[in-house]
Amino acid sequence: MNNYFDLKLVELGRWIEAFFAHYPTLKLVVHLLLCTLPLALSFMGAFAFTTWLERKGLARIQNRPGPNRVGLFGLLQPIADGIKMLLKEDIVPERSDKLFHFLAPIMLMIPAMIGVGFLPLGDGLHALPLDSAIIFFFAISSLNTIAVFMAGWSSRNKYSLLGGMRAVAQMISYEIPLVLSAVAVIMMAGSLNAQEVVASQQISSWVGSGNILQEFFGRILGWNVFKPWGFAGFIFFFIAALAEANRSPFDLPEADSEIIAGHLTEYSGFKYAILFMGEYISAFAIAGIGVTLFLGGWNGPVFAGLPWFVLKLFSLFAVMIWIRGTLPRLRVDQLMGYAWKFLFPLAILNIFLAGFYHFLERQWGTAIAMLAGWLFGFGALQLAAIALSRLNQSPTIRSKRVYQLVE
Amino acid sequence: MSLIGKGILKGMGVTAKNFFQSYYRKERLPTVEYPEEKATINQFSRNFPFLLYDGDDPVDGMRCTACTLCERACPPQCIYIIKDKDENGKAILSPRIFDIDTSVCMSCQLCVEVCPYEAIRMDSAFELSNENRFEGLLLNREELLKPNAYYHEIHPLEARETDDRMAAKAALAEAKKKARQKRARLAAKNKPPPGLKKTPPTRKKPPQREKSE
Repeated sequence: MNNYFDLKLVELGRWIEAFFAHYPTLKLVVHLLLCTLPLALSFMGAFAFTTWLERKGLARIQNRPGPNRVGLFGLLQPIADGIKMLLKEDIVPERSDKLFHFLAPIMLMIPAMIGVGFLPLGDGLHALPLDSAIIFFFAISSLNTIAVFMAGWSSRNKYSLLGGMRAVAQMISYEIPLVLSAVAVIMMAGSLNAQEVVASQQISSWVGSGNILQEFFGRILGWNVFKPWGFAGFIFFFIAALAEANRSPFDLPEADSEIIAGHLTEYSGFKYAILFMGEYISAFAIAGIGVTLFLGGWNGPVFAGLPWFVLKLFSLFAVMIWIRGTLPRLRVDQLMGYAWKFLFPLAILNIFLAGFYHFLERQWGTAIAMLAGWLFGFGALQLAAIALSRLNQSPTIRSKRVYQLVE
Repeated sequence: MSLIGKGILKGMGVTAKNFFQSYYRKERLPTVEYPEEKATINQFSRNFPFLLYDGDDPVDGMRCTACTLCERACPPQCIYIIKDKDENGKAILSPRIFDIDTSVCMSCQLCVEVCPYEAIRMDSAFELSNENRFEGLLLNREELLKPNAYYHEIHPLEARETDDRMAAKAALAEAKKKARQKRARLAAKNKPPPGLKKTPPTRKKPPQREKSE
């Protein structure tokens, strides 16, 4: 039963390729298309579904019904929106840099799509199975900063430029905690290969044993979130990923109550749709790498593989939507201060914690390592977090204020 | 020692509560989905004026006397009245044309305040969309006239008050009429002899202003 969907999908791909066995060039083209096209299409479909999910979820949080006119439960709303976007006039500001204004949406879409390609969606479902996939992923995903800044600068609009500058400042500062929290995982897995990182997240002695209970829990309890360093790392990673993907409460580049729509201000019609899609797909990519690094990738009981990956990806996105419905937007200085003065030191500490855990596990076994890791390691992180938040507080004047004219 | 991020978790609990309760608690999802169901109209709501009539025939029972007080009081001047005339060209106390342009009306209720005959009142019907934005939104006399029963239906409290006031007025008028008739009868009884005539009061001349040099 395990990996059933993945095996069938891989088999289907091989079956299609077999038709072109006599034409090597054509076979290569078909192979490339089979690797990329379903991925691109499915993530675009996921984007459409997510816009619906987001609007519906936010609406329910705000005690509204949300879109419910087009189709059942408004499920066809993204299609209606897409048609509307296509039919809209594409306005380009007269004095904008037209070439870069045109290129920015494409520039955002390309790294997002490549980033998605690095995700191991299932057993054997891996568009770009590189040995250094995770490093490549972080390198590619930081490219979208350039696209956002391009969109902001080329529009020749002060709000767009402000949005672009905010994006650069924010994404550069959040890139570091993001990568540092991933370093712990890479260190523990001992590999940069995404598939091997996923494989390291099952308890291998339990999975092959044949005992039903051990089979079941071996595929859950091995996830990195259930380890002390992994839990902390997941939180840091998730916070940094929110900022990296321009999601609320770190949606400063497009802060609609402050600077209209930031870098999106001068975009309309289909270019706007592409920019929007690029942002969502890069958010998907970041969430996907989060799933791969911390939530066990496609590991899971009963039907391991693609279904579990999709489930985890959408749950992570649902949490992002939930956070968007809850938290107000941060100020620019708060955001930068949070990244540099709080998240960055804690992520470094977490790497040491991971090393400590690894040492304990090799010396005394998993049980003791878990106990010590949760008690001392996690406690140390808590203390460090409290100490950092105290240190970062601006000095408060505690003396009672005296009103000289009153007394 | 407080847990870092406790406030965020608490806030997320609040939003989660709102999310889930919106599926099974009415007060968490108060939206009225308009074309399928309509909101209940408060009896004190108002938008555009309408004319009242008594009895069965709208034109005969019209309370309006075409005094044009409302026309003059209307700040955006959306009321247009032309008095009716009989065959001899003599003015009758009722309007031939009474138009209200709802695209101009600002629902200020000044026409209602100023009307001495309780003939114009504010309506609370809200589905007024129309295909023609000029003639369609210009309501004429026949469209404006509505029975008193309708007024009782939409603004029961106000309508009862108005009816009481009108009844009191009618009673007062009746009493006055009776008193006048009584006085007339009394006057007819002790009529002064016809020979005695009252001299008309002499008009005083206004003092001439002296001319200065």
